[in-house]
Amino acid sequence: MTAHIASLPADRASPALDTRIVLEVEGLSLSLRNADGLLPIVTDVSFAIRQGEAVALVGESGCGKSITASAIMGIAPDNAEIGGTITLNGQAISGLSPRARRKLCGRHMGFIFQEPMTALHPTLSIGRQMTDTLRHNLGLSHAEATSRAAQLLDRVGIPRARDILKGYVHELSGGMRQRVMIALAISCGPSLVIADEPTTALDVTIQAQVLDLLDDMRRELDLAMLFITHDLEVVGDFCDRAVVMYAGDVVERGLSADIVRSPAHPYARGLIDAVPDHDDGRTRLTPILGTVPPVGQWPPGCRFAPRCNRVDAQCRTRPALELHGSTEARCWHPLEPSA
Amino acid sequence: MLRYLGKRFLLILPTIFVPLILVFLLLRLSPGDPAGMMLGDQATAEQIAALRSQLGLDQPIWIQFLLWLKGIVTLDLGNSIFFREPVMQIIPRYAGVTILLTLVALTLAVIIGITLGLVTAMNRNKPIDRGVVTTAVLGISLPEFWFALLLIFIFAVTLRWFPVAGYNPPSAGIVAFGATIFLPALALGVRQSALMTRMMRSSMLDVLNEPYITTARAQGLPESTVIGRYAMRTAAMPVVTVAGLSAGYMLGGAVAIEIIFALPGLGRMLVEAVGRRDYPLVEGGVLTISLVLAVLNLAIDVIYAILDPRIRYQ
Amino acid sequence: MSIIQATSPDRLPGGDEESFVTTNKTVWQRLLTNPTAMTSVVMLVVLGLSAILAPVLAPGNPLKVSPADRFIAPGAEHFFGTDNLGRDMFDMVLHGGRTSLFVGLVVTVISMSIAVALGAISGFYRHVDVVLMRLVDGLMAFPGIVLATAAAGILGPSMTTVITALSIVLIAPSLRIVRGQVLVVRELQMIEAARSVGVPTLRLFTRYILPAVSSPILVQASFIFSAAVLGEAGLSFIGVGIGPKELSWGNALTEARNYIAQAPWIVLFPGLALMLTILALNLLGDSLRDILDPRLARRR
Repeated sequence: MTAHIASLPADRASPALDTRIVLEVEGLSLSLRNADGLLPIVTDVSFAIRQGEAVALVGESGCGKSITASAIMGIAPDNAEIGGTITLNGQAISGLSPRARRKLCGRHMGFIFQEPMTALHPTLSIGRQMTDTLRHNLGLSHAEATSRAAQLLDRVGIPRARDILKGYVHELSGGMRQRVMIALAISCGPSLVIADEPTTALDVTIQAQVLDLLDDMRRELDLAMLFITHDLEVVGDFCDRAVVMYAGDVVERGLSADIVRSPAHPYARGLIDAVPDHDDGRTRLTPILGTVPPVGQWPPGCRFAPRCNRVDAQCRTRPALELHGSTEARCWHPLEPSA
Repeated sequence: MLRYLGKRFLLILPTIFVPLILVFLLLRLSPGDPAGMMLGDQATAEQIAALRSQLGLDQPIWIQFLLWLKGIVTLDLGNSIFFREPVMQIIPRYAGVTILLTLVALTLAVIIGITLGLVTAMNRNKPIDRGVVTTAVLGISLPEFWFALLLIFIFAVTLRWFPVAGYNPPSAGIVAFGATIFLPALALGVRQSALMTRMMRSSMLDVLNEPYITTARAQGLPESTVIGRYAMRTAAMPVVTVAGLSAGYMLGGAVAIEIIFALPGLGRMLVEAVGRRDYPLVEGGVLTISLVLAVLNLAIDVIYAILDPRIRYQ
Repeated sequence: MSIIQATSPDRLPGGDEESFVTTNKTVWQRLLTNPTAMTSVVMLVVLGLSAILAPVLAPGNPLKVSPADRFIAPGAEHFFGTDNLGRDMFDMVLHGGRTSLFVGLVVTVISMSIAVALGAISGFYRHVDVVLMRLVDGLMAFPGIVLATAAAGILGPSMTTVITALSIVLIAPSLRIVRGQVLVVRELQMIEAARSVGVPTLRLFTRYILPAVSSPILVQASFIFSAAVLGEAGLSFIGVGIGPKELSWGNALTEARNYIAQAPWIVLFPGLALMLTILALNLLGDSLRDILDPRLARRR
């Protein structure tokens, strides 16, 4: 079992240490029910996000990070069985009915999707999608909702907001679409925003603009932000803390600066080495050998063992998430902290 | 939008002309003399010659084609051999019934198809889904004219809820009109509604997996809005697309339905004209059905453009 | 009786532009283990055998009138009862099936052959393609039964007329499907390679293209068969079909509708036979499509 969040050593140096906790995820597990029984997708995920803080959920595709986010939002597939507790602004929401969960969406939690082209409705106008949300969640009139929608678009840096409201998603550029998506996610004043790979679908030049916008919004609105990404650069530059996931498990947790500088888990090391390093002149690019084991075929002990170069007999039993140096890692043979 | 509609209109032109050209060729190239056939065995050689020149049959085929084309463009198809009055005066007396019958049947099919498709998609693999999907397979295999006879036996002969046959125009009052149009429209609509149910179901299942549906849920919109507005809006589009094809099938099916229910429509007129070898009227009937189809398809294109802003810009 | 609905429009054009690549063995295995496919095959075998064996099962002239035996309800003597002229409905349904299935089979063979030939030409020659596809567009939307009615009127009601008219109007939907397949298949590497080494077009077609497009053709043939059976019944029912001297399910229903109140069975049985035939063919087409093209079958 993991240590209680409040006593996390990783919180000690957090810049947002003294603000209140917005989201607390404790022992979250998720399995999908299919014809053959239950298929575990995510096991024992715990982390917390404070007001004004950005936390990264990092990992390769298929490690369970997106479905963790959908479990928090309450939009996981119908056949998902979810365990553990999720606490939002002090209220345990994991036991609530689907209807009550839905009421939290928009008003208390906003969601930014990876691909705004498909995440925005193709045949309803931008304005209609925004005012539907504003009117339902905040009880605004049509006129109030329209002017609030225009303000929001203005705020996320969209010129001619009134015209864009009448337009459709296919008429916008990729960056504009993601700005609309961000405006929609923050429209009803949520305290938590979850961004699922918000820049993956964008051009490199646009990516930085959208990340800066998200960072601005977080500071301006004092948002708790969960950033789902596989990009370690984004983690280092935009997130206070990071949770590294592998095959449905949290393998490392701590301040993102610490993890990026001196990871304890070999998998986190591998992720960092796989990023081309622009700073030190020569490009290091060492991909992790092998692939993430498919769901349902996880090895019994450490799930990273088959791809790990530090593996020995002990790795056949499951390690706990323990403090090693400045971060917590789920590993029998963590890397030595670098100087 | 106008450019889009212009393009759609050009695409509809073959629908108007290909069937007419086929009938033209069949009439002119089939063995035997149409004039002789029309007038029957008792006709004298002079009568036949007179009719031949009246119909332009003594001209070379390409002149006949140009005359025929001119007649179609100016909507002048000559006189009916049987009624001895201009075809274009006879047609309107029959066209209204067929158009109304098709529209009512199409409306019924769309409503039934969209409703059942929605219900089955929302209850996927539950008993109601399996039941409706199985019924839809039966419905697709149901010959309209036989289903019409079954409907008459159950609802007109046994239960006596509706008249066995006959027609009241809408001017006779909505109840009187409805009583005579309901069973024919139901018989005509059943196959199309079964097809539309299947289509709506699979389209809805696709749409429910779309990210924008997840977005709508993540924005906190209630499920009724998510399904009723966000999912329906896109899921119904394929059904609108096939409504044009359905209308075509229905205009064909209307022939038998009009005969069974004794409705004075184009289909019945056409079969009678065929029986009397009244070729100008046959051509008129085919032309009218083509035009009705073209107008219906254009109307469906307009609805489609309203539903989907993307195609207005293509 | 919208007859010319050969392809169910829940698969819109565009979906059929991908190649079907499956090996024969697995197809046979899947066919034999697919309950829907086997049900439809059994139904078709029973219907086919009863049509072929009709002269044995119901000897004598099924059209023989026997006024003393009018309107006898179904029972041990007459399984399906008798009609207004005292004819045995069981005999009529059996013999009517011969006509219906014969017309269906011939129309399927003729229209599919023409569609395959034209589809191949259309897939290889662009200028022919442009013209043919406009013709197909024109014919697809227009109700085939109206055209067939006009044709029957001009050519006179007979079995030849029905077969000719239905074959013509049923070419269009198959032509579109075959052409789509040919367009896909001609881009395959083995065919590119065969073309580049100068294999004659005709040989290319019989050796490479035809086998590659056989799956969709088989599926389409089931639906065309079903549309042809329905079409014949419809034309015969409205009196422009095979003519009153021949026996078919559609013909049987024409007279029957006047006696629906006193003898509903004479409406019931020919229609039931017709519906079961169409159902079996549609089920066969559906399950063949699922078996030969699992990509389309995912939602079923």
